[in-house]
Amino acid sequence: MTVPLSAYVLVSLLLFVLGGLGVLVRRTALIVFMSIELMLNSVNLAFLTFARMHGDLSGQLVAFFVLVVAAVEVVVGLAMLVSLFRAHRTVDVDEMDLLRG
Amino acid sequence: MESVLFVVAAALSLVGGVGVVTARAPVHSALSLLVVLVSLAVLYLTLLAEFVAVLQVIVYAGAILVLFLFVIMLLHAHNPELRPSSGPGRIHRAVAGVCGGALVALVAFAVLRELRGAAEAPVAAGFGTPQSVGRELFTTFVLPFELAGVLLLVGIVAGIVLGKAPERRAPERTEGRPEEVRLSRSGR
Repeated sequence: MTVPLSAYVLVSLLLFVLGGLGVLVRRTALIVFMSIELMLNSVNLAFLTFARMHGDLSGQLVAFFVLVVAAVEVVVGLAMLVSLFRAHRTVDVDEMDLLRG
Repeated sequence: MESVLFVVAAALSLVGGVGVVTARAPVHSALSLLVVLVSLAVLYLTLLAEFVAVLQVIVYAGAILVLFLFVIMLLHAHNPELRPSSGPGRIHRAVAGVCGGALVALVAFAVLRELRGAAEAPVAAGFGTPQSVGRELFTTFVLPFELAGVLLLVGIVAGIVLGKAPERRAPERTEGRPEEVRLSRSGR
Protein backbone atom coordinates (compact mmCIF):
# COMPACT_ATOMS: atom_id res chain seq x y z
CA MET A 1 0.00 0.00 0.00
CA THR A 2 1.44 3.35 -1.00
CA VAL A 3 1.01 6.60 0.87
CA PRO A 4 -1.26 9.16 -0.82
CA LEU A 5 0.60 12.36 -1.67
CA SER A 6 -2.05 14.43 0.10
CA ALA A 7 -0.76 13.00 3.38
CA TYR A 8 2.60 14.65 2.70
CA VAL A 9 0.85 17.94 2.02
CA LEU A 10 -1.07 17.57 5.29
CA VAL A 11 2.18 17.05 7.23
CA SER A 12 3.62 20.10 5.48
CA LEU A 13 0.57 22.18 6.40
CA LEU A 14 0.71 21.14 10.05
CA LEU A 15 4.43 21.89 10.29
CA PHE A 16 3.89 25.31 8.73
CA VAL A 17 1.14 26.09 11.21
CA LEU A 18 3.35 24.98 14.11
CA GLY A 19 6.14 27.25 12.86
CA GLY A 20 3.80 30.20 12.46
CA LEU A 21 2.46 29.61 15.95
CA GLY A 22 6.00 29.62 17.30
CA VAL A 23 6.81 32.91 15.56
CA LEU A 24 3.69 34.54 17.00
CA VAL A 25 3.72 33.11 20.51
CA ARG A 26 7.31 32.71 21.66
CA ARG A 27 9.34 35.60 23.03
CA THR A 28 12.87 34.20 22.86
CA ALA A 29 14.33 35.45 19.59
CA LEU A 30 16.28 32.20 19.08
CA ILE A 31 13.14 30.10 19.24
CA VAL A 32 11.42 32.49 16.84
CA PHE A 33 14.28 31.84 14.41
CA MET A 34 13.91 28.10 14.82
CA SER A 35 10.19 28.39 14.11
CA ILE A 36 11.02 30.21 10.89
CA GLU A 37 13.29 27.30 9.97
CA LEU A 38 10.37 24.98 10.66
CA MET A 39 8.20 26.94 8.23
CA LEU A 40 10.90 26.93 5.53
CA ASN A 41 11.26 23.17 5.90
CA SER A 42 7.56 22.57 5.61
CA VAL A 43 7.51 24.57 2.39
CA ASN A 44 10.39 22.45 1.11
CA LEU A 45 8.40 19.31 1.86
CA ALA A 46 5.48 20.69 -0.15
CA PHE A 47 7.77 21.53 -3.08
CA LEU A 48 9.24 18.04 -3.11
CA THR A 49 5.77 16.48 -2.90
CA PHE A 50 4.59 18.46 -5.91
CA ALA A 51 7.78 17.60 -7.78
CA ARG A 52 6.95 13.94 -7.21
CA MET A 53 3.33 14.49 -8.19
CA HIS A 54 4.20 16.04 -11.55
CA GLY A 55 7.35 14.04 -12.18
CA ASP A 56 9.15 17.35 -12.67
CA LEU A 57 12.61 18.03 -11.27
CA SER A 58 12.05 21.81 -10.99
CA GLY A 59 10.43 21.44 -7.56
CA GLN A 60 13.59 19.84 -6.21
CA LEU A 61 15.66 22.68 -7.62
CA VAL A 62 13.43 25.22 -5.87
CA ALA A 63 13.87 23.28 -2.64
CA PHE A 64 17.64 23.53 -3.15
CA PHE A 65 17.44 27.32 -3.49
CA VAL A 66 15.21 27.55 -0.43
CA LEU A 67 17.94 25.68 1.45
CA VAL A 68 20.56 28.21 0.31
CA VAL A 69 18.42 31.20 1.29
CA ALA A 70 17.64 29.61 4.67
CA ALA A 71 21.35 29.16 5.37
CA VAL A 72 22.11 32.81 4.57
CA GLU A 73 19.10 33.96 6.58
CA VAL A 74 20.25 32.05 9.65
CA VAL A 75 23.79 33.42 9.44
CA VAL A 76 22.71 37.04 9.10
CA GLY A 77 19.86 36.71 11.59
CA LEU A 78 21.99 35.13 14.30
CA ALA A 79 24.74 37.71 13.78
CA MET A 80 22.17 40.48 14.21
CA LEU A 81 20.88 38.72 17.31
CA VAL A 82 24.36 38.56 18.82
CA SER A 83 25.03 42.25 18.21
CA LEU A 84 21.58 43.15 19.57
CA PHE A 85 22.36 41.13 22.67
CA ARG A 86 25.67 42.98 23.05
CA ALA A 87 23.87 46.32 22.93
CA HIS A 88 20.80 45.57 25.02
CA ARG A 89 21.54 42.43 27.06
CA THR A 90 18.28 40.78 26.08
CA VAL A 91 16.96 38.17 23.65
CA ASP A 92 13.32 39.02 24.36
CA VAL A 93 11.57 40.14 21.17
CA ASP A 94 9.04 42.09 23.24
CA GLU A 95 11.79 44.28 24.66
CA MET A 96 13.36 45.11 21.30
CA ASP A 97 11.11 48.10 20.70
CA LEU A 98 13.51 50.91 19.81
CA LEU A 99 11.30 52.13 16.96
CA ARG A 100 8.22 52.22 19.14
CA GLY A 101 6.51 55.60 19.12
CA MET B 1 7.01 -0.88 4.28
CA GLU B 2 6.97 2.57 2.73
CA SER B 3 3.79 3.51 4.55
CA VAL B 4 5.28 2.44 7.89
CA LEU B 5 8.31 4.61 7.16
CA PHE B 6 6.05 7.52 6.27
CA VAL B 7 3.92 7.21 9.42
CA VAL B 8 6.95 7.00 11.72
CA ALA B 9 8.81 9.89 10.05
CA ALA B 10 5.74 12.12 9.82
CA ALA B 11 4.80 11.49 13.46
CA LEU B 12 8.38 12.18 14.57
CA SER B 13 8.51 15.42 12.60
CA LEU B 14 5.23 16.65 14.07
CA VAL B 15 6.25 15.72 17.63
CA GLY B 16 9.56 17.51 17.06
CA GLY B 17 7.70 20.53 15.71
CA VAL B 18 5.56 20.70 18.84
CA GLY B 19 8.78 20.38 20.84
CA VAL B 20 10.38 23.34 19.03
CA VAL B 21 7.43 25.58 19.79
CA THR B 22 6.70 24.49 23.36
CA ALA B 23 10.13 23.81 24.90
CA ARG B 24 11.09 26.23 27.65
CA ALA B 25 14.85 26.17 27.10
CA PRO B 26 16.27 27.13 23.67
CA VAL B 27 18.60 24.12 23.77
CA HIS B 28 15.63 21.75 23.95
CA SER B 29 14.07 23.60 21.01
CA ALA B 30 17.26 23.15 19.00
CA LEU B 31 17.37 19.42 19.70
CA SER B 32 13.71 19.07 18.75
CA LEU B 33 14.54 20.91 15.54
CA LEU B 34 17.20 18.28 14.87
CA VAL B 35 14.54 15.56 15.17
CA VAL B 36 12.33 17.44 12.69
CA LEU B 37 15.17 17.94 10.21
CA VAL B 38 16.29 14.30 10.20
CA SER B 39 12.78 12.88 9.95
CA LEU B 40 12.05 15.31 7.11
CA ALA B 41 15.15 13.99 5.36
CA VAL B 42 13.61 10.52 5.58
CA LEU B 43 10.38 11.86 4.07
CA TYR B 44 12.41 13.44 1.25
CA LEU B 45 13.95 10.03 0.53
CA THR B 46 10.51 8.45 0.18
CA LEU B 47 9.70 11.24 -2.32
CA LEU B 48 12.71 10.21 -4.46
CA ALA B 49 14.61 13.39 -3.59
CA GLU B 50 17.93 11.81 -2.66
CA PHE B 51 20.08 14.84 -3.33
CA VAL B 52 17.91 17.24 -1.32
CA ALA B 53 17.73 14.72 1.53
CA VAL B 54 21.53 14.52 1.70
CA LEU B 55 21.78 18.32 1.56
CA GLN B 56 19.17 18.56 4.31
CA VAL B 57 21.32 16.46 6.64
CA ILE B 58 24.61 18.15 5.73
CA VAL B 59 23.49 21.78 5.56
CA TYR B 60 20.68 21.89 8.11
CA ALA B 61 21.55 19.25 10.67
CA GLY B 62 25.28 19.72 10.17
CA ALA B 63 25.79 23.46 9.79
CA ILE B 64 22.73 25.49 10.68
CA LEU B 65 21.90 23.58 13.83
CA VAL B 66 25.48 23.79 15.09
CA LEU B 67 25.33 27.55 14.49
CA PHE B 68 22.13 27.72 16.52
CA LEU B 69 23.72 25.77 19.37
CA PHE B 70 26.78 28.04 19.26
CA VAL B 71 24.66 31.16 19.60
CA ILE B 72 22.54 29.61 22.36
CA MET B 73 25.67 28.82 24.35
CA LEU B 74 27.13 32.25 23.55
CA LEU B 75 24.12 34.15 24.84
CA HIS B 76 23.57 31.49 27.52
CA ALA B 77 20.11 32.75 27.71
CA HIS B 78 18.42 34.03 30.75
CA ASN B 79 14.98 32.96 29.73
CA PRO B 80 12.57 35.83 29.03
CA GLU B 81 9.62 33.44 28.94
CA LEU B 82 9.78 33.05 32.70
CA ARG B 83 8.48 36.56 33.20
CA PRO B 84 4.72 36.91 32.88
CA SER B 85 3.67 38.10 29.44
CA SER B 86 2.44 41.63 28.94
CA GLY B 87 0.36 40.36 26.05
CA PRO B 88 -3.41 40.19 25.55
CA GLY B 89 -5.76 38.55 27.98
CA ARG B 90 -7.52 35.21 27.98
CA ILE B 91 -10.51 36.24 25.84
CA HIS B 92 -8.26 37.64 23.10
CA ARG B 93 -6.27 34.41 23.09
CA ALA B 94 -9.40 32.26 22.86
CA VAL B 95 -10.82 34.27 19.95
CA ALA B 96 -7.46 34.23 18.16
CA GLY B 97 -7.14 30.49 18.68
CA VAL B 98 -10.63 29.75 17.35
CA CYS B 99 -10.16 32.00 14.29
CA GLY B 100 -6.72 30.54 13.55
CA GLY B 101 -7.96 26.97 13.92
CA ALA B 102 -10.90 27.66 11.63
CA LEU B 103 -8.59 29.16 9.01
CA VAL B 104 -6.27 26.16 9.14
CA ALA B 105 -9.20 23.74 8.85
CA LEU B 106 -10.57 25.68 5.87
CA VAL B 107 -7.25 25.71 4.03
CA ALA B 108 -6.64 22.04 4.80
CA PHE B 109 -10.11 21.14 3.54
CA ALA B 110 -9.70 23.12 0.30
CA VAL B 111 -6.20 21.82 -0.45
CA LEU B 112 -6.93 18.20 0.36
CA ARG B 113 -10.14 18.20 -1.67
CA GLU B 114 -8.17 19.52 -4.61
CA LEU B 115 -5.50 16.86 -4.15
CA ARG B 116 -7.83 13.90 -3.71
CA GLY B 117 -6.74 11.13 -6.01
CA ALA B 118 -3.44 12.84 -6.83
CA ALA B 119 -0.92 10.16 -7.65
CA GLU B 120 2.79 9.89 -8.27
CA ALA B 121 3.71 10.61 -11.85
CA PRO B 122 5.88 8.02 -13.58
CA VAL B 123 9.48 9.25 -13.55
CA ALA B 124 12.58 8.35 -15.45
CA ALA B 125 15.27 6.32 -13.72
CA GLY B 126 17.64 8.55 -11.77
CA PHE B 127 14.98 11.07 -10.73
CA GLY B 128 16.35 13.20 -7.90
CA THR B 129 19.86 11.79 -7.87
CA PRO B 130 22.80 14.22 -7.65
CA GLN B 131 23.50 13.61 -11.35
CA SER B 132 20.06 14.62 -12.60
CA VAL B 133 19.67 17.55 -10.18
CA GLY B 134 23.17 18.76 -11.00
CA ARG B 135 22.53 18.60 -14.73
CA GLU B 136 19.37 20.66 -14.28
CA LEU B 137 21.23 23.08 -12.01
CA PHE B 138 23.91 23.82 -14.60
CA THR B 139 21.58 24.10 -17.58
CA THR B 140 18.10 25.44 -16.86
CA PHE B 141 18.85 27.01 -13.47
CA VAL B 142 22.37 28.31 -14.05
CA LEU B 143 21.50 31.99 -13.46
CA PRO B 144 19.76 31.43 -10.09
CA PHE B 145 22.64 29.14 -9.18
CA GLU B 146 25.19 31.90 -9.74
CA LEU B 147 22.99 34.37 -7.88
CA ALA B 148 22.85 31.92 -4.97
CA GLY B 149 26.65 32.00 -4.92
CA VAL B 150 26.63 35.80 -4.72
CA LEU B 151 23.99 35.63 -1.98
CA LEU B 152 26.15 33.26 0.04
CA LEU B 153 29.12 35.60 -0.32
CA VAL B 154 26.99 38.53 0.88
CA GLY B 155 25.87 36.38 3.80
CA ILE B 156 29.46 35.58 4.76
CA VAL B 157 30.50 39.24 4.67
CA ALA B 158 27.41 40.34 6.59
CA GLY B 159 27.96 37.67 9.21
CA ILE B 160 31.56 38.76 9.77
CA VAL B 161 30.72 42.47 9.91
CA LEU B 162 27.74 42.05 12.24
CA GLY B 163 29.38 39.47 14.47
CA LYS B 164 32.65 41.35 14.97
CA ALA B 165 33.25 42.58 18.50
CA PRO B 166 32.90 46.38 18.75
CA GLU B 167 36.32 48.01 18.61
CA ARG B 168 37.60 49.70 21.71
CA ARG B 169 38.59 53.30 21.13
CA ALA B 170 40.43 54.10 24.35
CA PRO B 171 43.84 52.44 23.75
CA GLU B 172 44.20 54.09 20.32
CA ARG B 173 43.80 57.59 21.71
CA THR B 174 46.22 57.20 24.59
CA GLU B 175 48.91 55.65 22.48
CA GLY B 176 50.72 58.77 21.27
CA ARG B 177 50.40 60.91 24.38
CA PRO B 178 50.97 58.99 27.58
CA GLU B 179 51.87 62.00 29.73
CA GLU B 180 48.71 63.86 29.03
CA VAL B 181 46.67 60.86 30.02
CA ARG B 182 48.59 60.48 33.22
CA LEU B 183 48.12 64.18 33.98
CA SER B 184 44.42 64.14 33.37
CA ARG B 185 44.04 61.03 35.44
CA SER B 186 45.95 62.46 38.41
CA GLY B 187 44.05 65.73 38.08
CA ARG B 188 40.80 63.97 38.72
